[in-house]
Amino acid sequence: MAVALILLLVAIASVLFHVYSPWWWTPIASNWRYIDDTINLTFWITGAVFCAVIAFMAYCVFRFHHKEGRQPAYNPENKKLEWWLSVGTAIGVVAMLAPGLVVWHQFVTVPADATDVEVVGQQWMWSYRLPGKDGRLGTSDARLVSSENPLGLNPNDPNGQDDVVVQNEDLHLPVGKSVKVLLRSIDVLHDFYVPEFRAKMDMIPGSVTYYWLTPTRTGTFDVLCAELCGAAHAQMRSRVIVEEEKEYHAWLEKQRTFAALSGQRDVAKAAYKTGSK
Amino acid sequence: MVDIPLDQVAGIPPAEVGEVELYHPRSWWTRYVFSQDAKVIAVQYSITAMSIGMVALVLSWMMRLQLGFPGTFSFIDANQYLQFITMHGMIMVIYLLTALFLGGFGNYLIPLMVGARDMVFPYVNMLSYWVYLLAVLVLAATFLVPGGPTGAGWTLYPPQAILSGTPGQDWGIVLMLASLILFIIGFTMGGLNYVVTVLQARTRGMTLMRMPLTVWGIFTATVMALLAFPALFVASVMLLLDRLLGTSFFMPTLVEMGQLAKYGGGSPILFQHLFWFFGHPEVYIVALPAFGIISDLISTHARKNIFGYRMMVWAIVAIGALSFVVWAHHMYVSGMHPYFGFFFATTTLIIAIPTAIKVYNWVLTLWRGDIHLTVPMLFALAFIVTFVNGGLTGLFLGNVVVDVPLSDTMFVVAHFHMVMGIAPIMAVFGGIYHWYPKVTGRMLNDVLGKFHFWVTFIGAYAVFFPMHYLGLLGMPRRYHDIGETSFVPASAHDLNAFMSVAALIVGFAQLVFLFNLVWSLLKGKEAGGNPWGATSLEWQTPETPPGHGNWGKNLPIVYRWAYDYSVPGAARDFVPQNEPPSGVVAQGAHS
Repeated sequence: MAVALILLLVAIASVLFHVYSPWWWTPIASNWRYIDDTINLTFWITGAVFCAVIAFMAYCVFRFHHKEGRQPAYNPENKKLEWWLSVGTAIGVVAMLAPGLVVWHQFVTVPADATDVEVVGQQWMWSYRLPGKDGRLGTSDARLVSSENPLGLNPNDPNGQDDVVVQNEDLHLPVGKSVKVLLRSIDVLHDFYVPEFRAKMDMIPGSVTYYWLTPTRTGTFDVLCAELCGAAHAQMRSRVIVEEEKEYHAWLEKQRTFAALSGQRDVAKAAYKTGSK
Repeated sequence: MVDIPLDQVAGIPPAEVGEVELYHPRSWWTRYVFSQDAKVIAVQYSITAMSIGMVALVLSWMMRLQLGFPGTFSFIDANQYLQFITMHGMIMVIYLLTALFLGGFGNYLIPLMVGARDMVFPYVNMLSYWVYLLAVLVLAATFLVPGGPTGAGWTLYPPQAILSGTPGQDWGIVLMLASLILFIIGFTMGGLNYVVTVLQARTRGMTLMRMPLTVWGIFTATVMALLAFPALFVASVMLLLDRLLGTSFFMPTLVEMGQLAKYGGGSPILFQHLFWFFGHPEVYIVALPAFGIISDLISTHARKNIFGYRMMVWAIVAIGALSFVVWAHHMYVSGMHPYFGFFFATTTLIIAIPTAIKVYNWVLTLWRGDIHLTVPMLFALAFIVTFVNGGLTGLFLGNVVVDVPLSDTMFVVAHFHMVMGIAPIMAVFGGIYHWYPKVTGRMLNDVLGKFHFWVTFIGAYAVFFPMHYLGLLGMPRRYHDIGETSFVPASAHDLNAFMSVAALIVGFAQLVFLFNLVWSLLKGKEAGGNPWGATSLEWQTPETPPGHGNWGKNLPIVYRWAYDYSVPGAARDFVPQNEPPSGVVAQGAHS
């Protein structure tokens, strides 16, 4: 039966494609391995259901295709069977949902020792801000944006004077340190997306959103915008460079503070406690 | 044999009220153009929806050309690409699928399937179509205005939707919102008709639990649409005010092209909540009619009763109700409060249970049937494959933490095309091949139909199944060109080219389908009144195509459910719903 065979082939080809095709997720570079695990678990459960349903359908088409004189069954319902199928489905759903919610709880619970890093999106570039030696970011407001103050930082906030501002250049992060990524936009929606980190979150003008992660390997990773932000959405790129603590500090030393950039006060270059916790 | 008077047969209430006189057309214009007959309105809706759908199909070719062969076609740039995806999405979801399922199938099938002469408010029904046509024309006009159509994405998220960094900011977005407002007005007029007709105009004996599942699907979808579209309506009005009058419903303080814009205090997230409060039920507004149609196609062409009818009805109702408490699963990474994720992931995955029941019952209907592999049946089988595939990937995206890496990637595009693009289109095609003989009196050509089926099914699967893996790879959606990255291998570009070629072939097959529609109208095999041997009422009309008023002198009386196929001991392998049980005096003979 050609139709039954083709249906079966569709399922088999799908599985073979899944197993043998070269297109798979990028090697992970953050602590969110649990997300990958949950995806894998979901693939197993849903893959099994997909194959079972298609195979059963193909069997029915093969076994019960029209023949003269075939008398189909007349069975309006079978409560017991329907009940068992519902319970079985519910178990499968719980098996995916429960680990998913546990990992989500981790995802939304930022560890206390995470360092703040601010990412600012604007059409169509990325900027970054790191807290100075006081460990705190100053406040900001889109009303303050000007050519001298492109990120709209508050010039009167003492916490903000030593903030390190990285405009339209790569972000560096130390490997193995948890960071809370604070996400801010000054114009439209954007989304700070590094495929290797697995995490992503939209940035919304008027509020600050966040997520956290711990980079787990050094390397250079592409930053893309994952929320449509207008004509040059696809060109809004940057890079994150995850490096060892020492190199990170060498880079940090060379960055300029908000005060230095705004020329108000020559605050000493950011100096960081090394090896803290 | 004893004569059993009609009023003693279970489920047949006496006729309480007399029939209302129908509106009768007096001229060619009122018969074929400004018609108040639901069957004519259905055809008008269907032709209009398919025409604008062809535009969306061509737009998809443009997108696939760009994605498969970036930089090759100088007439497609980044702005146009965004305009193409926006218009393609909006047309396909709203102006094609919603209009075709509810305005097309709904108008044609509801009165015939419940045994009514027409919709209860024929004049409003006619208005519904003309307002819909106006909405389509306003939408099409955006291709001609300065700046072209909006490129804000079909979700139209502010702030970018109305700011100058987005193509079509001048006229495109204004006309898009105006068109949506018109569409909703038009739909509401039609929708009220469908609901009231199902509730009030069923013929004697047609209890709710005897209705074909097609009617249940369209009815529930319409109730949902009447509750969901108002959210889109107010969102559109507010966004239009933000754009035209400078209000700030959705606009916070922000910078537009380096200048502080005159907005402040609004919430972009509020728009997303309103949009998806409409947008998620919308998925099921498209899916439930497809569920109903597929149930009837499988049952008819497998010559077997639908398995678990009552469970199927309750699953439709449960899915409809649950679909109103899952909307924020489209917003897991929108920046809303992260704790919403727990609630919406749970409700979303619960929907999988009634949905799975429907799938089980379809395949269990095939079990021990007598499966005729007609073109409608083939499309029904393809619906199950694509719907199961797309439904299962929904379990990835609904499970909040799994959604985080996948959202806004090609995985999402692949998922929703499979589940609410390809699957419902399979139901549309199956439905058209199934009911075309009733609408025109002629069969669609079988050879062309099978060619259309195989190319469309295998081709569409070849486009969208591999697309999931580009998403896993991390390729974002709404990119006209991925450009230089460190993580996308060259082989992914080959895959994109393959998908584009498959998409163009699928597109070509649709031309064969259109040719078949026209050719069979003139040269198709005569169908007769009931070519499939179906039980439901629309196949029992005295004339084919059904005449004005559908039923001749007397309304049909319904004695049984719509799924009496292969009843043991029956003379034929189907018993029409209006065939009296033995001993009951035939209709008209008893007064």
